[in-house]
Amino acid sequence: MSHSPAVVTHDQVHNPALQHHFATMEQQQEASTMGMWVFLITEIMFFGGMFTAYMVYRYMYYQAFVAGSEKMDFWWGTINTVVLICSSLTMALAVRSSQIGQRKALVVLLIITMLFGCVFMGIKAIEYTGHWKEHQFPGTNFHFEGPDPQHVEIFFSLYWAMTGFHALHMLIGIIIVGVIAFYSWRGKYGPDYYNPVENVGLYWHFVDMVWIYLYPLLYLISHKHGG
Amino acid sequence: MATSPTPAAERENYLNTEYGIRSWLLTTDHKRIALLYLLLITFFFFIGGFFALLIRLELLTPAGDLVQADTYNKLFTMHGQVMVFFFLIPAIPAVLGNFLIPIMIGAKDLAFPRINLFSWYLLVIGGLLMMYTILTGGADTGWTFYPPFSTAFAKSQVVTAALAIFVAGFSSILTGLNFIVTIHRMRAPGMTWSRLPLFVWANYATSIIQVLGTPVLAITLMLVALDRLFAFGIFDPQRGGDPLLFQHLFWFYSHPAVYIMILPGMGVVSEVVSCFSRKRIFGYKFMALALIAIAVLGFLVWAHHMFVAGISLYAALVFSLLSYLVAVPSAIKVFNWTATMYKGSISYATPMLYAFGFIGLFTMGGLTGLFLAALGVDVHVTDTYFVIAHFHYIMVGGMVMAYIGGLHFWWPKISGRMYPEAWGKLAALIIFVGFNLTFFPQFVLGYLGMPRRYWQYSPEFQVLNVLSTAGATILAVGYVLPMVYFLWSMRYGKVADENPWGAAGLEWMTASPPPTFNFDETPVVTWEAYDYANLKEVPVEP
Amino acid sequence: MFQTFPLWPERASTTAGGVDALFIFLLTLCGLMAIMIFIMILVFAAKYRRSRGREAEQIEGSNALELTWSGVPLVIFMGIFVWGAAIYFKERTPPQDSAEIYTVAKQWMWKFQHMEGQREINELHVPIGRDVKMIMTSQDVIHSFYVPAFRIKQDVLPGRYTVAWFRATKAGRYHLFCAEYCGTSHSGMIGDVVVMQPAQYEQWLSGGPAAPLAQTGKQLFLSLGCSTCHRFDVQGRGPNLMNAYNRPVLLDDGRTITADENYLRESILTPAVKVVSGFKPIMPIFQGIISEEQLNALVAYIKSLNQSPEGTAGTRNTPTGSPTGQPQMMQVQ
Repeated sequence: MSHSPAVVTHDQVHNPALQHHFATMEQQQEASTMGMWVFLITEIMFFGGMFTAYMVYRYMYYQAFVAGSEKMDFWWGTINTVVLICSSLTMALAVRSSQIGQRKALVVLLIITMLFGCVFMGIKAIEYTGHWKEHQFPGTNFHFEGPDPQHVEIFFSLYWAMTGFHALHMLIGIIIVGVIAFYSWRGKYGPDYYNPVENVGLYWHFVDMVWIYLYPLLYLISHKHGG
Repeated sequence: MATSPTPAAERENYLNTEYGIRSWLLTTDHKRIALLYLLLITFFFFIGGFFALLIRLELLTPAGDLVQADTYNKLFTMHGQVMVFFFLIPAIPAVLGNFLIPIMIGAKDLAFPRINLFSWYLLVIGGLLMMYTILTGGADTGWTFYPPFSTAFAKSQVVTAALAIFVAGFSSILTGLNFIVTIHRMRAPGMTWSRLPLFVWANYATSIIQVLGTPVLAITLMLVALDRLFAFGIFDPQRGGDPLLFQHLFWFYSHPAVYIMILPGMGVVSEVVSCFSRKRIFGYKFMALALIAIAVLGFLVWAHHMFVAGISLYAALVFSLLSYLVAVPSAIKVFNWTATMYKGSISYATPMLYAFGFIGLFTMGGLTGLFLAALGVDVHVTDTYFVIAHFHYIMVGGMVMAYIGGLHFWWPKISGRMYPEAWGKLAALIIFVGFNLTFFPQFVLGYLGMPRRYWQYSPEFQVLNVLSTAGATILAVGYVLPMVYFLWSMRYGKVADENPWGAAGLEWMTASPPPTFNFDETPVVTWEAYDYANLKEVPVEP
Repeated sequence: MFQTFPLWPERASTTAGGVDALFIFLLTLCGLMAIMIFIMILVFAAKYRRSRGREAEQIEGSNALELTWSGVPLVIFMGIFVWGAAIYFKERTPPQDSAEIYTVAKQWMWKFQHMEGQREINELHVPIGRDVKMIMTSQDVIHSFYVPAFRIKQDVLPGRYTVAWFRATKAGRYHLFCAEYCGTSHSGMIGDVVVMQPAQYEQWLSGGPAAPLAQTGKQLFLSLGCSTCHRFDVQGRGPNLMNAYNRPVLLDDGRTITADENYLRESILTPAVKVVSGFKPIMPIFQGIISEEQLNALVAYIKSLNQSPEGTAGTRNTPTGSPTGQPQMMQVQ
């Protein structure tokens, strides 16, 4: 493989990031972007299973779901939503920085994105601790004063499962953003090769999107939230 | 295309380019990964087969006298889980698909070689979890994991079994993802969609199902595991959960999973029938379309597993109707294979015998599917041996026949050696006879009313059960034979040239075995698929 | 019936004939289709074999043929669908005046409660020529009520009622199987359905002293304190249950549903889920407090409140006020 990065990329002149089995950078980039989209489709199906369960039970036990939702902390949920939307903005700006070759901005924006992610996780941890102490974790720990505790428990089972798997995705997201930030600092990405940053961005936005659905479904069922 | 005088062993190819265990375990070559898969799933095939033999031996007599009831329940559970998730689903895609798809489309490798290797390791991890499950007592939920039995009542290794399948599922998802991107983005110049071999189309359709369906199974099994670990109770009726919701989610994957298992087999048979009839496949476009139609319609019929489960009358009507729609593309395929043979030049090489077997047994399996989709009849035969026979005709009669047939067909390409033809024919015949003897009596048993998953049964069912067990022993011999002579042929088989069958397709235009990057230079395709009209070389009857 | 080697199952219900007819039709049709395909393959394989020195003739395909062999099967399939659906529709719709038998499945036995009060385990006595509706539930895992000779099967689920019905046509003793895997002794969860001549059946019924099921339910209704709120004379704190069964009810969330057996069941066990409009969710939860058999008795009692004073055809017992002794607590463990 001949490396001559100064010359305008030609089919014969390989970008060092071009893997051997691809003919051109375009092909490699198209392939990896498509791979990411297909992966996100599988993720939609993965969460789709839980959303289906949620819909079914919410239809069956609406009153209990309202009762459960009232135990959610409206403000923590709302703050977390804002945090995630901000993190998506910084992620989008990070992708742009990589495209126009601003290495410093890229690294900084990725780190801010990670920090937003950590804030989200921290708030989630506070909420989880509260729910645990309030006996809102299903199973033997569970206790609920109300006419229909059994089905409130189902609400909480779904709450823990859905937000738990979402938090797991957040955690993975924070780690891979960290990895990408490290390589960005090392100068791996630039206008010729920013595909990994873009793909991690897609993943990050997807995880945010899931939260955008979880937030109203879990926190905003009833209108009784005073604030 | 004169036969190369150089023996395969002396040319540089993907097998002899590097040696040593590291060169295999860290390889990103799709052909080597295919062989890693071959080893892994062969191991699990014999594990699952061993369980099957014990099941059949237990059923030799009406009384439960060979093993305890709990042991028997674990046997059929582990048989199902091992065979479905660690053999049938990875078999054709991960072994033959992995090996062939890049070559067939003129690519150097799959789009994501490292993800490909990662998929294999995922299956290894899943396999280790499954072995752990088996060695620590196994699960006894049936492969279907129905709650509330699986969540609140089973006293066995349900969580590790679910976890094993969860991990194996991600192996399957990533393989599907890799294939989809590869087929979209990696085709050689001139290799248009309408020039793709049907084997590639079949794996494409399969990949769609793997990518869309498997995640749903994954999350469903996770909810079962959460119920067992932390008492989430999402499917537990004692706590307001709905066990039918589990069944819907489970079958949303597990019905299409049947097509994950059979579609690639259809792809293999299309290649083989075309080659040994020396004809372009009849109705190429309809064949490709039918594959996609099956993949799509397959997602709309899941509740036909639940006609007596307590779903509403009208839901049952809709799912029965849709099930008949999916039968149409399956019928198209059988008719087109038959029509491909018309006015062909047919030779009876071993792969073709397997293809005959596939068409026959798949037809039987498909037609009995019509019985099961008919609501009134299904009520009587569902959850009986009729269903067991039906899906074994598809899975074992169809899919395993196609898989072994495909292994024979591409063995010269994979190993550079020919298998012994006479032994090949003998094994095909034994498998065909053994299979029918094993499973045909089960249709009768089912209509008589013998329920599935019975450890002991009423004495009037014994004669048919004895026949079935006798068949199973024959079948076992049939399955061991190819393994023996394939191994033998790796050293002693006749050296194969690049195209021993005179077949069309890019994989036959490169050396046997192929070099690491498949072709010395990227091929440019200027001909249609199955271009037998312009292939002059006709091999003699083997 | 225990021949050593039967090839066709006994036919002992009005449903069986219809199922067999469709099965035989399918057998013939599919048999012919399969044989046709096999013969074609064999003939082509023999006629066009390469060893005769044949060269293949390349044929691209034929749209007309493709459409034919898609269209014709589709039409046939639709025919089979309609036929199968018609049978199923009949199987799923119990006749209006069927005699009812409550069934509780558990690991690993079948328990039956006749309206007349008889209780059985793993043996079910029914007369020839009467429509029988099985109202079934499970107290643990999913089971399935399967009588091959009747060609009926219905899964039995915990937490709800499912229904199957049949009309037996031939006296004899038939297999009852559990058809849904339910654990260790799944294959031991079997029993016999004993079909009797009506006269013998009457004799069997009169065999043992027993309080009618609705009577037992009434006792429970009183002893559990239901009657304090569910009053028949004045408006209590709970809805009046007289003539409540199978009527539409308006719920407090605005939905209207039918008060069928499953609604009665749910409203006893977890009353807060579907509260009748105008009432408060104050009823205690009975889940885990009463057994499935007691629940059945209560449901049977509430249903019996629908009868006009002179009684309705098809049910043999009317709850009159005369107590016949303490309700037997049916804890068959």
